[in-house]
Amino acid sequence: MKFKARVWKVGDNINTDLILPNRAFYLTPEEQVSYVFSANRPGWAEQVQKGDILIGGKNFGMGSSRPAARSLRNLGLSCLVAPYINGLFFRNAVNFAFPAIECAGVDEAFDEGDIAEVDVLAARVRNVSKGVELSARPLPDQLLSIIAAGGIYPLLEKEGSISSKGLSR
Amino acid sequence: MGMTIAEKILAAKSGRKQVVPGDVVTVQLDTVILFDNNFMPSNWRDIQRVCDPERIVVVFDHRVPAPNQLAAGGHRTGREFVKRFGIKRFHDVGREQGISHQLVADYGYAVPGSTLVCSDSHTCSGGVFNCLARGVGGPDIIYAAVKGETWFRCGETIRYELEGALSKAVTAKDAFLQIAGVHGDHATQNVEYGGSGIAGLSINARKTITTMSAELSAEFATFECDEALTQWVRARTKQPFEPVKPDADAQYKAVRKVDLSALEPLVALPDSVVNNSQPVGALKGTRIDQAYIGSCANGTQDDLELAAAVVRGKRVAPGVRLIVVPASQTVYRDALKSGAIATLVEAGATIAPPTCGACGGGHMGVLAAEETCITSSTRNFKGRMGEPSSRVFMASPATVAASAIAGTICDPREFLN
Repeated sequence: MKFKARVWKVGDNINTDLILPNRAFYLTPEEQVSYVFSANRPGWAEQVQKGDILIGGKNFGMGSSRPAARSLRNLGLSCLVAPYINGLFFRNAVNFAFPAIECAGVDEAFDEGDIAEVDVLAARVRNVSKGVELSARPLPDQLLSIIAAGGIYPLLEKEGSISSKGLSR
Repeated sequence: MGMTIAEKILAAKSGRKQVVPGDVVTVQLDTVILFDNNFMPSNWRDIQRVCDPERIVVVFDHRVPAPNQLAAGGHRTGREFVKRFGIKRFHDVGREQGISHQLVADYGYAVPGSTLVCSDSHTCSGGVFNCLARGVGGPDIIYAAVKGETWFRCGETIRYELEGALSKAVTAKDAFLQIAGVHGDHATQNVEYGGSGIAGLSINARKTITTMSAELSAEFATFECDEALTQWVRARTKQPFEPVKPDADAQYKAVRKVDLSALEPLVALPDSVVNNSQPVGALKGTRIDQAYIGSCANGTQDDLELAAAVVRGKRVAPGVRLIVVPASQTVYRDALKSGAIATLVEAGATIAPPTCGACGGGHMGVLAAEETCITSSTRNFKGRMGEPSSRVFMASPATVAASAIAGTICDPREFLN
């Protein structure tokens, strides 16, 4: 899990209602991505390129249990790095196999548009543009294995505990 | 080394002698609650087996009664799940309807020392019962229903010693807004509440504080157990339990005292719950379009009685909509018997059926562009209750009721003294 790409930056306390607003709640996951940050940064979702890295602020992902991490993943972002991440958002990031790591000072070490190199397993974050390297909080093996499996659903599907298609109509 | 309440329950349920901050542990779950959002097409995955139907509760609360065809379809999926696996504790639209966190209180689903998960972020509400309760993700809840276990990351614990007694018209919501205003978020940390002041707080009042602890971004929020709590739980369930006390040498990141007697009514300004509290006087005169009393945080019998006491004999200001949502049918029935509902309706309130409703911008009071609401619910994020340009102030049910009468943000002490 190594990524090298351009970074986008957002401020502190980005909440889940900004990532997945109520208006988009029951749309398909594919439709939900265009609503990411529509209230605080209209038009941003269309500018994201596949593989881009998101640098968050403090307490990234505060708020609800909604699958906000899935929208960031589906938008094409490769990973999230933030000084510290809301615990519930972090769970969903693991659930949906969207690598999210905590790294003190990362918000100050990057300007938008810089190139970042993130090594999730080694817990290292480098600002290639500025030549700065930071240590991140390592992800426990138990959680890394869920991410490596593609998230919780593939794990449960593989053992037949859930069907690969929903009952929903 | 001593452990906090959260650490002790994490240790007991993961079969370890000791759990310390930084540990990731797999714990056995006593109660797994699914709610209507889980069954909506964009979320649901068809479960083929469950760990134990007796440990599962199914609640419809976010969109009830179904406001549209999509929600109706989700409810049908949920009813099929309940039937297929023989789930006995099922709260459909009807006599046992309610918001899941209120039902946990009404029916004694969370007992001291137990573990509980639900994929609603305010599940930490159940921590009032000296229970390790946490909001988890949608996939987590499906995993929990199948396996009967989940993983938790243990954080450091902040201890709040509540002391003294609240003044008239000052509530547990104000105590919470004081903590959130001064100390900000508690992300990756647990919060633990105790102290001599908790004896003077009703279980409902304490529950406001644990429910709102989701807004602190706390991992777990737990109250110490006392006689009042033991009696509440015993009156509602036959399940045996053992209260969990923190060890005398438990390690806390910080211990902070809160003098309840020094508090005044507070209001959180729009767009953030934390670091955003002001004394009500600073907002005096701010015009409102809507006043909302309800949600898992403040839709209890205490809250409805307090609101009724404020509006008794008065009328909601012209141009203002006062929406009151009892958090469960049990609360609704009790408030009908006490006369609180009649008082509220006479004053001009609209009573909505028990539901999460407009707290999450779902239905029953969604805001239009540029509108201003004062709410006693859980969140005031941008666009939370409707259009992104609407503004949501947050306060106690007393302050919300007083503001509905005044038509502008108003100090409830003007009505209750």
